[in-house]
Amino acid sequence: MTWDVALILVTDGLANGAVYLLAGLGLVLIFSVTRVVFVPFGDIAAFAALSLAAFETGRVPPTIGMVAVLAALALATEIGSLLRRREAQRIPKAVLMWGVLPAIPCLLAWLAARPGVPVAVHIAVAVLLVVPIAPLLARVVFQPIADASVLVLLIVSLALHFLLSGLGLLFFGPEGSRTTPLTSAVFTLGDGFTVSGQVVLMVGAAIVLSGLFFLVFERTVAGKALRATAVNRVGARLVGIRPVRTALLAYGCASLLAGLIGVLIAPVTTMYYDSGFIIGLKAFVAAIIGGLVSYPMTAVGALAVGVVESFASFWSGALKDVIVFSLLIPVLMLRSFMAAHSEEEEEEVEQ
Amino acid sequence: MKSLMQTLTRGALAAALTACGVASAFAADLKVGLSVSLSGPNSSLGVPYAKGMQAALAYKPEVNGRKVQLIVLDDGSDPTTAGRNARKLIEEDKVDVLMGTSGVPAAIAMAQVGKEAKVPMIGLTPILLDPAENPWVVTVAQPTQLMIDAVVERMKRNNVKTVGYIGFTDAWGDLVYNALMKAAPEAGIKVVSNERYARADASVTGQVLKIVALRPDAVMTGGAGTPGALPFLALQERGYKGGVYGQHGLINPDFVRVVGAAGQNALMPTGPVIVAEQLPDSHPTKKIATDFRAVFQKVNNAPTSDAFSAYSFDGWLVFADAASRAMKKAEPGTAEFRVALRDAIFSTREVVGTHGVYTFKPGSLYGVDERARVIVKLDNGQWKLAP
Repeated sequence: MTWDVALILVTDGLANGAVYLLAGLGLVLIFSVTRVVFVPFGDIAAFAALSLAAFETGRVPPTIGMVAVLAALALATEIGSLLRRREAQRIPKAVLMWGVLPAIPCLLAWLAARPGVPVAVHIAVAVLLVVPIAPLLARVVFQPIADASVLVLLIVSLALHFLLSGLGLLFFGPEGSRTTPLTSAVFTLGDGFTVSGQVVLMVGAAIVLSGLFFLVFERTVAGKALRATAVNRVGARLVGIRPVRTALLAYGCASLLAGLIGVLIAPVTTMYYDSGFIIGLKAFVAAIIGGLVSYPMTAVGALAVGVVESFASFWSGALKDVIVFSLLIPVLMLRSFMAAHSEEEEEEVEQ
Repeated sequence: MKSLMQTLTRGALAAALTACGVASAFAADLKVGLSVSLSGPNSSLGVPYAKGMQAALAYKPEVNGRKVQLIVLDDGSDPTTAGRNARKLIEEDKVDVLMGTSGVPAAIAMAQVGKEAKVPMIGLTPILLDPAENPWVVTVAQPTQLMIDAVVERMKRNNVKTVGYIGFTDAWGDLVYNALMKAAPEAGIKVVSNERYARADASVTGQVLKIVALRPDAVMTGGAGTPGALPFLALQERGYKGGVYGQHGLINPDFVRVVGAAGQNALMPTGPVIVAEQLPDSHPTKKIATDFRAVFQKVNNAPTSDAFSAYSFDGWLVFADAASRAMKKAEPGTAEFRVALRDAIFSTREVVGTHGVYTFKPGSLYGVDERARVIVKLDNGQWKLAP
């Protein structure tokens, strides 16, 4: 292997790592706040990418219908629970929150599907369109079982992934799509080594977004509430933080991240209805390296996964995924040596 | 949950298709049982297969004045279901011949049931079976070796001395690689790499860097459908200047859409039906292929854009030819007729189809020769005949 080959592999790895980083942040965010390993995360990213591809081919993305149906379900669930608690006076607010709010991106997307709309609008709308998906799913599925064990939440989350990827197959068909690149710029470094603008954009987006994450968590009330819930749900409730609301915030942020990932990778990889799962799985490896709690460690893990994957595909394409997922074994062993007891104690506190 | 969605789609599609079948069913004397993947991962092939069969039914609805009934079942891309469908078609519907399906494992499962129940089967995919042990099945698809031989011949003509290979990690990647390894040494071509990637992979940069570093004269790809576009895109990104060759698994409108400009001038083999209107008038399959296009357009209200619907059509032609001869020996619906039909299928001589000219012999699954392949070039998103 020569230096320039290694350099190309590193760039490729960092570009993929940037995607896993964003996905990993989303997974850690949701897990730390709600204890849900949100498997459908990648599917949401795929939905964003495929919706963008649908816009480009001049079709109305079927995602609109899905968001609308989910919103109707969420609204019905919410009204049902309000009636059961005899709080009918709060129904108008619920209609606004669960019916009108998710309808806005649907309407925008429907308008954006007309001919002559600029690409930038398509991208923005494709991201906006998927933002309601995770919060709506959370309202319908996870909120009623918020106190269940981690295992139950994981199983439900897995079932949701199958539902979403099935819908993806129904909506977008079995074949993949690629969108036009966001930028066709190419940067030349040194003699003949080039980096495509798309890669710079992916890495840049990961840096900017992780920076934003840091600021939000350190400087805003919402961020502090998220952190507090992550540290101790019961304690957070005692000081007046509503876990339901922070959970929805976490789902919303994660959904936004998923949408951004979708539009960032759609031009460089062929996205299929089920591509999201592999992205989610690799991000999960990164999140495990971060112990599903630490954002900086997740970031390091994500970049490591990206680079290892890239080099593994050079050395042995057929065994690439085996090598990436084998990363988990030493990490899990190390983690179980280090953190076995504290986890048991946490469980006791929660129950 | 996914299977619920599949069941719903499957139900709807199967209902629609069976409705068509039932409509043409009255006074039916001959029964054809088709099991095909209308749902599941193979549905992108299965749906065209089913549409092609409807076109075939419209083209030749009767044999020797007796109506033919077509019964369509969905196997959901699952070999077990395909086997169960075959059993149901034989035991409940008492079909005279089985046809199917879009996946090779599923087609093998059907062929096993057909062999047990002594019902002949016309396969629509390149089935991998020992013909000596399975004397009830033939297939209208071209054997992979025949197609890859054409690619290797073309490489030889283009003075290719070394070729890099990149293909799927699955059976298809192996099949193409093995065929290449068999044909290349005879043509004096050296295969310098065997890189693999998975269908779901996001990038093949690593594999392609390795190939480019070896500087082969050409690259052969062993992918299918839209994931098959990945090596083309990565090779273009790395500025590879040699020729890139594909195979018939890539002849698909979605592949063309995804590969875009990176597929420009790629060469691959296919059945002549894909470029029917560009064939010389002397080509044996030109007339029937044009007829097929017309009847497909009429029945399905859309033009053909794939090679799969044409396999169904050819399967039907082979069946119709064999049935007309078998009907002189026995009455349809009886065990004697099924034996006579099997014998008739295996004595098929020069039946002209859309993909090739079929001549079946006992002891062989395949019935096509060099007339069943052409090399096409991808030119600005269109398949162009490359004579």
